[in-house]
Amino acid sequence: MIGLLAQLHIRENPTQSCEADNGFCPDWIAHNFDRYVDPFFQHVYLTVVALAIGFLISFGLAIIAYRRRWLINPVTQVTGILYTIPSIAAFFLLLPITGRGNTTALIALVSYVLLIIFRNVLTGLDNVPDETRDAGRGMGLTDRQLLWRVEVPLALPEIMAGLRIASTTTVGLATLAFFAGAGGLGEQIFSDITFKSNVVVAGGLAVLLAAVLDGLILVAQRLVTPWTRAVAAR
Amino acid sequence: MSALDSAHTTGPSSRPDAATLAFRSATKRYPGQAEPAVDGLSLEVPAGEICVLVGPSGCGKTTAMRMVNRMIDITAGDILLDGRSVKERRPAELRREIGYAIQQIGLFPHMSVADNIATVPRLLGWHKSRIRARVDELLDLVGLDRETRARYPAQLSGGQRQRVGVARALAVDPPLMLMDEPFGAIDPINRERLQNEFLRLQREIRKTIVFVTHDIDEAIKMGDRIAIMQQGGKLAQYAPPAELLMFPNGRFVEDFVGADRALKRLALQRVRDVDLWKAPLVRVGEPVAEARAKATDSEVPYPLLVDDDGRPLGWLSERGLVGERVQHELRSSAEPVLETDDILRDALSDLLQEEAQYGPVVDGRGQVVGVLSIEMLAHVLRTDPDQVPSGADAAA
Amino acid sequence: MTTTTAALGQFGDAIDFIFNQHESPSGGAQVGGLSKMWDLLWPHLKLSGAAMGVACAVSIPIGLWLGHIGKGGFLAINASNVGRAVPSLALIAFFVAYIGVGFTNLMLALVLLAIPPILTNAYTGVRQVDRDTVESARGMGLTGAQVVRRVELPLALPLIFGGIRISAVNVVATATIAPLAGVVTLGDPIINVNTYGDEGRLAAAIVVALLAVVTEVSLGAVQRAVTPRGLKIQRREATP
Repeated sequence: MIGLLAQLHIRENPTQSCEADNGFCPDWIAHNFDRYVDPFFQHVYLTVVALAIGFLISFGLAIIAYRRRWLINPVTQVTGILYTIPSIAAFFLLLPITGRGNTTALIALVSYVLLIIFRNVLTGLDNVPDETRDAGRGMGLTDRQLLWRVEVPLALPEIMAGLRIASTTTVGLATLAFFAGAGGLGEQIFSDITFKSNVVVAGGLAVLLAAVLDGLILVAQRLVTPWTRAVAAR
Repeated sequence: MSALDSAHTTGPSSRPDAATLAFRSATKRYPGQAEPAVDGLSLEVPAGEICVLVGPSGCGKTTAMRMVNRMIDITAGDILLDGRSVKERRPAELRREIGYAIQQIGLFPHMSVADNIATVPRLLGWHKSRIRARVDELLDLVGLDRETRARYPAQLSGGQRQRVGVARALAVDPPLMLMDEPFGAIDPINRERLQNEFLRLQREIRKTIVFVTHDIDEAIKMGDRIAIMQQGGKLAQYAPPAELLMFPNGRFVEDFVGADRALKRLALQRVRDVDLWKAPLVRVGEPVAEARAKATDSEVPYPLLVDDDGRPLGWLSERGLVGERVQHELRSSAEPVLETDDILRDALSDLLQEEAQYGPVVDGRGQVVGVLSIEMLAHVLRTDPDQVPSGADAAA
Repeated sequence: MTTTTAALGQFGDAIDFIFNQHESPSGGAQVGGLSKMWDLLWPHLKLSGAAMGVACAVSIPIGLWLGHIGKGGFLAINASNVGRAVPSLALIAFFVAYIGVGFTNLMLALVLLAIPPILTNAYTGVRQVDRDTVESARGMGLTGAQVVRRVELPLALPLIFGGIRISAVNVVATATIAPLAGVVTLGDPIINVNTYGDEGRLAAAIVVALLAVVTEVSLGAVQRAVTPRGLKIQRREATP
């Protein structure tokens, strides 16, 4: 902290000295901020696309596996392995097959998301109270109507929770996407890992993105599940 | 009630007629189990009546009920709804014509009360305005504030949830209702109130209802006809409550109904149904001679002091008859004061509690109309009533 | 078809790299082969193991204690949420920039990475122990510490191991980029590809993947082994 203040003091010999010391230099940051813009948007692109594709695939799998229980184990095992393989290893394992670029990064990021969403969707659906299902069926809802009008809405809190977890982790993993040739904020970090300003800005933007996504999903969850906020009258 | 009229003539409801239901040797066997869950059940439920399925745990009563709307598929035999086999109907379609109310109620937590009730109407494609009108109508019918329509189940009490469950089951005015211990999850005090309200409701809407319970007292109170089932899914007896109590068919039914079935019969009649002793009513300031004359006339040993409106104050003591005019001197209070609408079982209970041989009976306005004695109750127990009213009417 | 054969060829080369020594593409040293691979694997294991050891020693007692007294829940549960939002690369870079390179510094960074899941799961593990069980233990005369040791800890073990599992896989994965901080691990062929060549890089990726899977599977087996039979089979973990 003292060092930081000292650096801010030595304004006579401005950015030259600050940079040379690899310190935290607000001036330099303001000056060079535009070099973070493109990587930031690349990062956003990778995260959002990976989440969207991953969600669609695993949500679909979960809906199918919900009625065909025998699928649950195999899917969990496969997505589990994909989840365990470190993303950086995954990038290079895919390299011979899909080459450098966004596709490789996306495939790895998507496979990481699968297990989280798959498991949360299933848990959410399984947690629907039995009597609610019984009442629904007894009233004449077909299986499909029961699923989409009752079970999925009631599973939403769990699903959104999974989405939040998936989004923050994906932002984190996307920082390594540059290894696959897909750019992103990680490239910036890696380019000058000892320069404090660089690390703080690039890293900070990543954390900020994670927090914003988390917040957005949380807001969406509140909007979509109004009954969870209903306070008991008595 | 105009709201009800509209339901049956010009209003939103689709089918005002109650259906008949018949079990024809209905059997349910589960693979790997020696005994069937339901064994050759045969009974007929006339339109507009409540048929109660009652029996110990595991007797198959809930299974039998769930075979009607094909939540459980029948293994052998048949079930006919208005003469048509339920096996021929597509399950989802069939269920939309049958009201279904279960013990845990099963309201959809993510939907408001109005949306819950509107579930089946929406499935059938009713117009929004028709649905809205029907929801309001049903809320009135089950005794809920119209404001509850926007609330969520989590915000309701147990009793309110139960009413919403009934409203939901009645949504499309189905010709048949299935109810599985619908009052089971409610505390005993509110349960009695809900039972009475439901019977009042049934008098207005007259649906065919299959009602499952494990409680014989509830069965006697609610049922027009009672089907007692025993282990192995067999029907032990199917009869109106009075017949069941007076002529139980075999040891199992006797035991299940309880050794106190004579006392249970007292649940079937009201104070106003029996002969009351004439009450010797005297007022303060009356000539003593008149008072004495009234007392001698009646079977009650003491005069009953009443106020100017005819409401009971207490039994007059000898000191009240000293002198020219009757004075306010009581030997004992008027307790227990009984009402014409009380069921005999409660009247007996009150008399025993006060250790009284008799008690004054008042009408709806609180005025004395007679005196009920324990002797009379004993007489009722000994008598063989030809026209003992059924449980549904008794709770009117 | 050519892509597939080309891909297979590359994988073949990578496997070969693991077992046989080659000349480095940048000239000079020998790379590849089992002993050289071990020279990369061992530091990787050492680093991961040390970080996990410290993280467990720190988080488990704190998590257990917080769960036992029922306080600090907000911190314990949100630790994971916050931890997830910080990318591992950013964490390492931050340490390198502000604290410096070297084994100890890097290990500290990894410890920070490993703490949240273990802490959260230790806390949740204790909280979800049936309150009645704890009450009767106290009623029998067990002191607070004894209740933790004999009742809460054993019943919380499955969740604790769940957290350890999550952290271990994360740490093993992150140790791959340790070379950025000056510690040579299995990530070296990936970061310094010129020294090892493409097949070396791919070989390292394969070994890292295998290592992660082995870690996950073996800790999963341990987790299953410590789950008392009486507990339900489907347990929701606090964090995936």
